[in-house]
Amino acid sequence: MDLQFSPEDIAFRDEVRAFIADNYPAGLRGKGGREDLSKEDILSWHRILARKGWVAPAWPKEYGGTGWNAVQRYIFSEELARAETTPILPFGIAMVGPVIYTFGTPEQKAKFLPGILSGDDWWCQGYSEPGAGSDLASLRTRAERDGDHYIVNGQKTWTTLAQHADWGFFLVRTDPAAKPQEGISFLLIDMKSPGVTVRPIITLGGEHEVNEVWLENVRVPVENRIYEENKGWTCAKFLLAHERTGIAGVARSKRGVERLRDIAASEVDQGQPLIQNPFFKRKIAELEIDLTSLEYTELRSLASTAAGKGPGPESSLLKIKGSEIQQRITELALEAVGHYGAPYFRGFGGDNEHGIGPDYAQRAAPTYFNMRKTTIYGGSNEIQRNIIAKMVLGL
Amino acid sequence: MDFSYTETQTMLRDTLARYLSDRYDHETRMKVSRSDAGWSAATWKAFADELGILGAPFTEAQGGLGGGALENMIVMEELGSRLVVEPYLSTVVIGGGVLRATGGAAADDLIGRIIGGEVVTAFAYAEPHGRYDWADLKTTAKKDGAGWVLNGHKAVVRDAPHATHLIVSARTGGGQRDRDGVSLFLVEKGARGVSTRDYPTVDGGRASEVYFENASLPADALLGAEGAALPVIERVIDEATVAICAEATGVMRQLHLQTMDYAKQRKQFGRAISDFQVLQHRMVDMFMEVEQSVSLTLMATLKLEESDAERMKAVSAAKSRVGKACRFVGQSAIQIHGGMGMTDELAVGHYFKRATMIENQFGSIDHHLARYERLSFDAAA
Repeated sequence: MDLQFSPEDIAFRDEVRAFIADNYPAGLRGKGGREDLSKEDILSWHRILARKGWVAPAWPKEYGGTGWNAVQRYIFSEELARAETTPILPFGIAMVGPVIYTFGTPEQKAKFLPGILSGDDWWCQGYSEPGAGSDLASLRTRAERDGDHYIVNGQKTWTTLAQHADWGFFLVRTDPAAKPQEGISFLLIDMKSPGVTVRPIITLGGEHEVNEVWLENVRVPVENRIYEENKGWTCAKFLLAHERTGIAGVARSKRGVERLRDIAASEVDQGQPLIQNPFFKRKIAELEIDLTSLEYTELRSLASTAAGKGPGPESSLLKIKGSEIQQRITELALEAVGHYGAPYFRGFGGDNEHGIGPDYAQRAAPTYFNMRKTTIYGGSNEIQRNIIAKMVLGL
Repeated sequence: MDFSYTETQTMLRDTLARYLSDRYDHETRMKVSRSDAGWSAATWKAFADELGILGAPFTEAQGGLGGGALENMIVMEELGSRLVVEPYLSTVVIGGGVLRATGGAAADDLIGRIIGGEVVTAFAYAEPHGRYDWADLKTTAKKDGAGWVLNGHKAVVRDAPHATHLIVSARTGGGQRDRDGVSLFLVEKGARGVSTRDYPTVDGGRASEVYFENASLPADALLGAEGAALPVIERVIDEATVAICAEATGVMRQLHLQTMDYAKQRKQFGRAISDFQVLQHRMVDMFMEVEQSVSLTLMATLKLEESDAERMKAVSAAKSRVGKACRFVGQSAIQIHGGMGMTDELAVGHYFKRATMIENQFGSIDHHLARYERLSFDAAA
């Protein structure tokens, strides 16, 4: 047993830290945690990491990965979070990329992997439907064979950042007669195809982050199907296991707690810094302790991954606790900013360049509203508890 | 013991509920909230002329309906259930409350114009640094001949963009956080030296930052006794706090109802999600939170006329409990709605946002728990 990283790990960490310090765009500093980043904001850091060869550390080396071990990958993602870099979007690198190199043909790998790595292709995920959320396997978007094409009809929803997307990976029903999980195929669809319509969904904080995607007689070449027809659920399950890695968000939450402490040190309460208020201090202390327990739970899970046991259903625990902590940070931040939680900065009229109240207060409420999604998306926390009950506890 | 409403009170509730149901549906509310003005002057006029509710808590001698805090509670609950953005709280509850407490012929005249819908007030009590300490004031009013000169910055003054008059707290003596030396002034919004920066709030209302730069006020701008306004401010903010507790009960009832409706019609895994016990229990907990909030709001409303200490204890008990309920009921409503709850399109998200803002308005949960503790434990020791 050893709680410390090895000297090699520390040297690796220093290398990563120095690279970020030297290469992260100055114009993006302090923006990493925001929900309103532009396409260029997100892509510029992606491209820098891609040029360095660090954008897809988890991929096998032959496809453009780094060859790092699990501990190094963990350190890398911690350092990115610590520096609050703009996030590397998961849809290409963490989701469809691994599906393609695992299940794809050599032609598919050659066609799609380079654009994912470079950031030239922006990917989105076509999974959820209006009638298929938690119960994903009940999806109804149909794909019918017509020679060497599929004709796709249906509607997807909650499609994150599809407004920028060049490509999407979609779960579609190819055999309506089969059992729900057995008639599904995994298709890659060019978002510029005729019949694809992307419509914005505006969320509580006023952001345009998610979309509806309508598919009307969209012709998709059969060669864009990954893996066998009607075996798409296998790809989907594989992808869900990948989506879990890093879902706890420990490092970003640590930065969130630091920021919360800064806010509480700046705010005044009864003539004293708010951070001296025993009630508020106690809540931050509890939050930090819960975050530490999540961190060590994740490290234990990491150790078992490093030992080759792979992330199992216990990663649901990381998702539940991680999302709850992310939400608590935003609750406390909103509480800390007091009156200045109320002004709204987006939308109509007025001067949105110069905020009302202190800078740290300006996104407190929209971020609080936005983070409600974390206990809903990626399998709601109710579903995650069902998974633990069934798969971990055997109930 | 009697918890029944009088016939007049029931009529007030029914009349207002019917008006809002006919003329203030969610679509209308969103349109008004997002319009340039951010409120509907026509609705305000209807509140005055058709419904007469702007006179609900005032005496008949003043031209009102002869009610009081209970009438405010009834009105606020109904306004909450439709997320009404018009400034009843700022004008009738707070403006009317201050004028009633400070009294005088000029006050009676203004109350008459409030009832008639001509005067709209906003309460400039908070400052950027002061949080929930109403005495912590940097805004000053200095004697200048017969009048006053006002300097300072007031934070997040709700409804100020719609207001004809501001009621402003300022220091006329004493140190920055002293209880003594706080005074209240009535300031016409167009007065020289008064400027505002107006903006929408996250819950669909409007507010302003208000700046005073050597704004000169006539002698009669002073409301009540010089330097002795803090008890008035505390009383009026307590009345306003109970009023938003009542608003919150209206908001939360809607959150609960809309969530149950959604859960009954939303199907996953071949059945309505309301069939799942884990969601049933959450909806039961929401129901219990709402009922407890209604009880404490009623209790606090009925205790507004008790001694200062009793009143404050009751108000803080209600607000801390209602604050917690707002958080639980609001978050649960979004969670059970799933992705749909995250959208701007459904009403539920807007109710959630208002509930969230009520949580910290006039003092957070912690602020009110601390005040309750001070009055309940320290005073007894």
